[in-house]
Amino acid sequence: MTAPLLSVQKLSTRFHTPRGVLTAVNEVSFDVRPGEIFGLVGESGSGKSVTLRSLTRLLPYGATIDGVVLWQGQDLVGMSDTAIRKVRGGQISMIFQEPMTALNPVLPIRVQITENLKAHTDLDSSGRAARARELLDIVGIPDAARRLDEYPHQFSGGMRQRAMIAIALASNPKLLLADEPTTALDVTIQDQILNLLLDLRDDLGMSVVFVTHDLGVVAATCDRMAVMYAGRIVETGTVTDVFRGPMHAYTRGLLGSIPRSGTERSMLLSIEGTPPGLASIPNGCAFHPRCVFASDICREKRPDLRPLGPDRAVACHHSDAVLAAGSVLA
Amino acid sequence: MPLTEFIVRRLLQLIPTLIFILIVVFVLVRLLPGDPTSAILGDRGTDADIARINRQLGIDQPIWVQFWLFVKSVMSLDFGNSIVLKRPVTELIAQRLPITVALTLLAALISVLLAVPLAFVAALRRDKLADNAIRGAFQVGLSMPVFYLGLILLTVFGARLHWFPVGGYGDTFFDRLYHLILPATTLALSLSAILMRNLRAAIIGVVDAEYVSFARAKGLAPRLILIRHVLRNALISTVTLFGLSIGTLLGGAVITETVFAIPGAGRLMVDSIYGRDYPVVQGLTIALAVLVSVTFLLTDLLQAYLDPRVAR
Repeated sequence: MTAPLLSVQKLSTRFHTPRGVLTAVNEVSFDVRPGEIFGLVGESGSGKSVTLRSLTRLLPYGATIDGVVLWQGQDLVGMSDTAIRKVRGGQISMIFQEPMTALNPVLPIRVQITENLKAHTDLDSSGRAARARELLDIVGIPDAARRLDEYPHQFSGGMRQRAMIAIALASNPKLLLADEPTTALDVTIQDQILNLLLDLRDDLGMSVVFVTHDLGVVAATCDRMAVMYAGRIVETGTVTDVFRGPMHAYTRGLLGSIPRSGTERSMLLSIEGTPPGLASIPNGCAFHPRCVFASDICREKRPDLRPLGPDRAVACHHSDAVLAAGSVLA
Repeated sequence: MPLTEFIVRRLLQLIPTLIFILIVVFVLVRLLPGDPTSAILGDRGTDADIARINRQLGIDQPIWVQFWLFVKSVMSLDFGNSIVLKRPVTELIAQRLPITVALTLLAALISVLLAVPLAFVAALRRDKLADNAIRGAFQVGLSMPVFYLGLILLTVFGARLHWFPVGGYGDTFFDRLYHLILPATTLALSLSAILMRNLRAAIIGVVDAEYVSFARAKGLAPRLILIRHVLRNALISTVTLFGLSIGTLLGGAVITETVFAIPGAGRLMVDSIYGRDYPVVQGLTIALAVLVSVTFLLTDLLQAYLDPRVAR
């Protein structure tokens, strides 16, 4: 097993609000290996996006982060602001869900690419211009020379997402953090962007942490995955293992809610109820009020995340029963 | 090039605006109580005198003929002679208006210099002591009438501390600038309060925008993020407000010039209204209206420059 590129250990993120402290991410641990695409999956409010942003401390004012994020022998959580700026955009880049709001509307794409190069490379201005053109070529934006001087509103949705990826790739990062980068796109465009990310991973040897609520996207792109619920990881494993035999009732429920083609028409399973708010996370297992497998112990004792193999872990008192119930996909 | 197209289109829009201004001014002046003939003659004029003056002023002509003559003379920048001062109105405007423009520009500059840095401090220290202090101080400034504020500044910095002259207007450029600082500050305070509040809110809105997160994710220096990504976007709405406020500022100049005894267009306007000096009122109104229209035009152009989405 190769050494991890990024190692997250007991990461907790808290927001200090006038109504008290809210724990959005609770003791989350995972590794990302070189060249791998790691999926973080969950419903809205599960803490997956906050986890992603906590890695490089891109959080709103007033949030505190505990734990260790080990990157090339250094802990990003304890690093100085100046030092982490070298990591951000240079070694670890990020792309966002909504390219329309993540690109600055009043700056031409050229400026938004070259400012990254200026911060992280020694290129002179003609070198930066050449690199900017090259980047648009890499992400498949035709007519790069002309498009560099255009503004985000002159790009189509898919092209905007490509432009954002070009910006993120500018300084050859080793890790790309992708926060639902395809959620806002049409399905056809979504496929193109996913294929682009897969190609880039292969060509540039990057690793990717891919946050999404879309299990179809996970199946198509990720190598390993972690399922988050109410700020914690409840199940993790290779995508194949998790899809074939989910061991947490929540994962099983999520898998049951994907519509499938090519099979006999069957009822879509949906998980009853809604995920809890951060201020009212239930005692015991946070999922128990929505869980069909729940028993007394689930209401009283929170299950630990038990390792079941090198790549597999689950936090469920009834994982055997869940596994025995079988994947709804099988 | 869409920007040139935008400028041309915007310039063409100026024409109907100017025609409308001419109609309004023409009608308004004729709606004012009292008539110029009796203003010239006083109450001792005979019927023959009245008829003669009416003929001289063209008041005996049908109204549309009067309007046509009015438009023709405005086009050749001829606003007639002042009834009271017995000098061409154009000459009076050329003499007085630059003073008011200088006062307004200086006030605009001061309000920006006050508002922009303080809005930044207030927005970035949101709901902290600095924010509350700045907002509180400006609230006081905003709720005080211009003439009262002017008198306070005059008493403290002019009469008491002798830092600035108490009134009048100098001879050399720097002397004039020196004379204008106190009145311009008076004029600037309420505008800067409005601008500060608007910009503070805009910055707070922009700071949370996703593109600012993206800029942080690129590892840019905080100062670069603030200027290039935050300020640039936050300024768009404030620039519009600023441009629209220039008209109000010109109105405020009338009061300020009176308080500080500055011989500008504002004073001339007040004096002419009292003296029923219609040609001057008419000429000044048109000049000010054109000035405001041009400011709006410049505001639009500046906004188009700041926000590429405008010029489409």
